[in-house]
Amino acid sequence: MILPKIKVLKSHGWQYIPDLNNVTLTEEFRGRVELSETSDMSDVEAAAKICPTQAITTVPFSLDMGRCLFCGECALRAPRNIRFTNDYKIGSTSREALIVTPQTKSVDFHQQNVRKEIPKLFGRALKLRQVSAAGDASVEMELNATGNVNFDFGRYGVEFVASPRHADGVVITGPISKSMAEPLDICFKAIPDPKIVIVCGSEAISGGLYAQSKAVDRSFLEKYHVDLWLPGTPTHPMTFIDGVMNLIGLKKR
Amino acid sequence: MIYYITDNRNQAIHLREIPEVDYAALYEDLKERLTQEQYHVAHYFARPEEQKLRFYLILLDDATAQIMISSFSMEYYEDIALPSLTALHPALHPFEREITELYNVEFDSMPWNKPLRFAFNRRNRNSTIDNYPFYTIEGESLHEVNVGPIHAGIIEPGAFRFICNGENVLHLEIALGYQHRGVENEFTATDNRLRQMLLSESIAGDSAVSHGVAFAMAMEKLSGKKADENLERERTVALELERMAMHIADTGALCTDVGYQLGQVACEALRTMTINTTQAWCGNRFGKGLIRPSGTNKPLTKEKVEMIRQNVAQIKRRYNEVREDIKTSASLLARYEQCGNVPKQEMQRIGGVGMAARASGVSRDIRSSHPYLAYGTELKHESIIKRQGDVMARLMVRCREVLQSADYIEQILSNYTPAESHLPDYDSPLKEESISIALMEGWRGEICHVAITDKEGKIETYKIKDPSLHNWLALALAVRGEGISDFPINNKSFNLSYCGHDL
Ligand code: SF4
Repeated sequence: MILPKIKVLKSHGWQYIPDLNNVTLTEEFRGRVELSETSDMSDVEAAAKICPTQAITTVPFSLDMGRCLFCGECALRAPRNIRFTNDYKIGSTSREALIVTPQTKSVDFHQQNVRKEIPKLFGRALKLRQVSAAGDASVEMELNATGNVNFDFGRYGVEFVASPRHADGVVITGPISKSMAEPLDICFKAIPDPKIVIVCGSEAISGGLYAQSKAVDRSFLEKYHVDLWLPGTPTHPMTFIDGVMNLIGLKKR
Repeated sequence: MIYYITDNRNQAIHLREIPEVDYAALYEDLKERLTQEQYHVAHYFARPEEQKLRFYLILLDDATAQIMISSFSMEYYEDIALPSLTALHPALHPFEREITELYNVEFDSMPWNKPLRFAFNRRNRNSTIDNYPFYTIEGESLHEVNVGPIHAGIIEPGAFRFICNGENVLHLEIALGYQHRGVENEFTATDNRLRQMLLSESIAGDSAVSHGVAFAMAMEKLSGKKADENLERERTVALELERMAMHIADTGALCTDVGYQLGQVACEALRTMTINTTQAWCGNRFGKGLIRPSGTNKPLTKEKVEMIRQNVAQIKRRYNEVREDIKTSASLLARYEQCGNVPKQEMQRIGGVGMAARASGVSRDIRSSHPYLAYGTELKHESIIKRQGDVMARLMVRCREVLQSADYIEQILSNYTPAESHLPDYDSPLKEESISIALMEGWRGEICHVAITDKEGKIETYKIKDPSLHNWLALALAVRGEGISDFPINNKSFNLSYCGHDL
């Protein structure tokens, strides 16, 4: 029947975010972290001790967002030293850039690392193959969300495809289980050159809680060059969108 | 008595209280008991204890809210095969398979003796996921379709092997284990309770609140530091928000897979609104960071209570419109109705749980059978049951549960006064040599966490059961006889967890 559909449509209204470059997340969101040094660093030591992934170094003071699970517990223990902001622009081409120091006021994208052919070839259309390698489904759902009615990243030609043959790159989520190491490798090899590697989520970047587990095999990341690192537990759709737009030359951070 | 009897609100139990019986006695008892609908096994596992292997079996009685625990032991390298319970009650297959995989204990006449998840610490290292022993049928008119481990969409991996007769599925076998991360082992490898808490949130990211609550409950039973009443109510709200978000997401996915774009986008927007509500409460769209043992970092404030109430009321109204629309769209009903049928008897036999079981008329729901948090006290929960057991029934259970969850949230929050809250507790010592059992009903179904501590009160064994462990078999049965092109909607109607199964 048509009437119920009109009702749904009316209530639905307009949902898309008109300008993806102009999005502010709720104050509660835990994104980029800001560090400040104090003369007494005992709070930081306590925070470093409880951090479940040893993401905090006390001397010199730094926090690795590639290991961080954004649980926020350290900020509660060392409120003078550690503060989470709602800045979601935390992706980078450089793994080191994810390590925040008291001097960091924004995450450096390191545009110079972007291979020349990437914006040229993929600036108008980028098709990606996602491989979940022991991801816990939250990062995967957020990647799905990038194409939904709200974010609609498809408007820039960025989409996920089923076949690696149709893809220009791979997006890896999860700490990479042993059983997925080979399928991931086969999938990546099936993607035609030139191709990109995006590592999405803190668990994928550093192994997260499973970094030491005997059930994971992270050799893929030693073998291949990574073009984009996107922290988060899970990575927020806006972090993904911002990172990819910078990578393919649609904006400059 | 061969069982120790407790319930879901009780404290942890010292291990010496748990009866150690003969396997034969337990076998005889379960043989009879499990034919009755009110009983099912919540968990059954083995662990090394001193010089032996001790097996724990946790039985639930839905009629009396009892949790019944029994155990038996055997020497290592004892060369006897235990008569298989799976042979009588197929519902036990994942448990017996896990025991065989990890400890090489054989079960006599076990009809489906296959690896469960190719755990890294399995006994038989020659058995690898690439040579999973798929069932085969010979026949000129048959062909096989292999899907996975990597699937077409952005979802987790798993290998599906269809045996088809023309377009119709004769048999589907699902081989899992690709997502195995060694979660249970990581729990025991650390003393950092915050790390353990975060591990529980990562068991299945779409059920972070559910598994988080199960872990918190398991710890509180061991530390004796119970959650206060307000905290219990907050957790109930968080759980029902998670249920709403996932059921709405799956309603949308079911629309996507039949090409119904209006339903799809309306649900996408409503799910966004639901998870953004959770995010505005705790900073994470999946509720990570919200559940902590014995306390909270994110107590509800007056403003947040109002924000949640307003959003939930709007989501409920708009979602109900989508539900009405689906119910009156003949082309949708033609796809959903009488597709992927799992009759009640079958669901019962394989031990189906949660919303999928309820769609087949099996009234299994921890919220009513083994109450916890605000269920059974403030909320008099009545499960939503459908009889048909098809895709439509599973969709309708979801639809009704979304509305019910919205009502529960409103009921709790409409007379909620924020009070002084406690901070999380990561340091309290845990009761030594004890077993703690936490049961809860996630949006998929029954979640069971079991923690066993050693002489120092350190977690020595941590066992997790996600409802998917039981329900994957229901999906395999649902598609029998259906066109293979109906697989996607069947899959979405269950939406099971790979990582929750593989651990
Ligand atoms: S927020 Fe990150 S750095 Fe801080 S304790 Fe949690 S995981 Fe560690």
